[in-house]
Amino acid sequence: MEAKIEDIGVILPEAEELTRPAVDEAKVYELVIIGGGPAGLTAAVYSARKRIDTLLVTKDIGGQVLLTSDVENYMGYYYITGKELIEKFKHQVRQYPIAIKENAEVIRIGKEDKTFTVETSGGGSYRTKAVIIASGKRSRPLNVKGEKELVGRGVTYCSVCDAPLFTGLDVTVIGGGNSGLTAVVDLVKIANKIYLIESLSSLKADPLLVERADRSGKVEKFLGYEVMEILGETRVSGIKIKSTQTGEIQTLAVQGVFIEIGLIPNSGFAKGVVELNGWGEIVVDCACRTNVPGIFAAGDVTTVPEKQIVVAAGEGAKAALSAYGYLLGES
Amino acid sequence: MAILNGKLKERARKEFAGLGEEVKLVVFTQELECQYCQQNRMLAEQLASLSEKISVKVYNFITDKEKAGEYKVDKIPAIVVMGEEDYGIRFYGLPGGYEFTSLVEAIKMVSSRDSGLASESRELVKKLTSLVHIQVFVTLTCPYCPAAVKLAHQLAMESDLIHADMVESAEFPHLVNKYSVFAVPKVVINEDIQFEGALPEPAFLRQVMKVGQKQN
Repeated sequence: MEAKIEDIGVILPEAEELTRPAVDEAKVYELVIIGGGPAGLTAAVYSARKRIDTLLVTKDIGGQVLLTSDVENYMGYYYITGKELIEKFKHQVRQYPIAIKENAEVIRIGKEDKTFTVETSGGGSYRTKAVIIASGKRSRPLNVKGEKELVGRGVTYCSVCDAPLFTGLDVTVIGGGNSGLTAVVDLVKIANKIYLIESLSSLKADPLLVERADRSGKVEKFLGYEVMEILGETRVSGIKIKSTQTGEIQTLAVQGVFIEIGLIPNSGFAKGVVELNGWGEIVVDCACRTNVPGIFAAGDVTTVPEKQIVVAAGEGAKAALSAYGYLLGES
Repeated sequence: MAILNGKLKERARKEFAGLGEEVKLVVFTQELECQYCQQNRMLAEQLASLSEKISVKVYNFITDKEKAGEYKVDKIPAIVVMGEEDYGIRFYGLPGGYEFTSLVEAIKMVSSRDSGLASESRELVKKLTSLVHIQVFVTLTCPYCPAAVKLAHQLAMESDLIHADMVESAEFPHLVNKYSVFAVPKVVINEDIQFEGALPEPAFLRQVMKVGQKQN
């Protein structure tokens, strides 16, 4: 709680440098970029520098980086917070006349001749000659009984948002990777007791994080356990887990369940339009081309290995330059 | 003690350079037994020092009880952001972290005397017939919360019947408990409707209209 003062205002928005072009549903854009994370924002800057008439359609600006507390491996900054990095990205995007449709979730991509139509849940429809899909990933659900019913009643996928609400309570974190252990370390300052549950027999997280969690004395680990059910009527009251070795079942009394078991691609709207792999990732070649000419993809939503901010940004640049080449050939 | 560092001050000054009409920050405080009251008051005072369009009035929550009643402020720390009139815009708890943005946005909006809502939304709120009280529960580490706070404050600005509060969850555990806040942003409208998440403007407004068109 002492960090409160230092926290003040680190994300004060920069004054607008340029008047943004209005979003226009009547015209045919040259390029629509779907997604406002590192891949989408980098693609936007590259396309604007090529004077491509671009619309960025996105749910939020920042994507998963919004939920990343510390970034220590994005070149140029030996340490920067996720929100500061996004502010810097935004600032750079604002130097260019890029139309941006925020708070919009894409639900469908249609194709007619050589024109694509990108449709959003809010009823928006945008026509374009080329598309870059950079829609990223989202939290993977456990898919167990009680989970859906208790979201917002103690089940959460955003530990950075919701951890402060569990002051003095007993909670569980599911997932022994880096995001799970980061959640544990955040909760150490807040919660009374933390049960860490991992289905494998060891933790995949960086040893540094595991040591921090251990040092608190508040963490009890259940390795080689899977979650069977989240219990509770109107709010979470406990969790039922089972040992993968012995089959022994235990019930832990907890008020909060933090689910950190990885991510799934936001590619539902692209299914049946472009080729996806078995995990739902969009299949791309090394030039970010999908199997459909005119549709490109970049970042975490694609088959490119390593989901990293710096990788996503690089892929976004590549996708924009590939789209530029495509548009030149088409006109 | 400086609440805002030099860099932040500079950026806030830049934000406030374009302020139009005057904005008054009415702060309710109590220096004892209120962990963030002092910081909250100092934050308001420092913001005011950055623009001559912003003024501050500080009241003591205990000794100025009448004023607290007049402004319908029932907990502290509190900041009322107002112009010549009180639009019903409130911040309960220190607006630090992501919520500092919400405070700057509220000051800019009040200064422009324009809610900035879509024209369809403006038409719709004219049809309200009864009082609507919106509480937006936040944490200071929630990147999605300022969108919900801003929208609630825009609605308060637009309609005399709407009052909207930002409530910092960590500072008001009894309310967190009362409304079972386990995820943020959590929006509570009167005592009737609760939902989590930052809804887009039309969807948010539909929820407001559900409670605001009841017969009194």
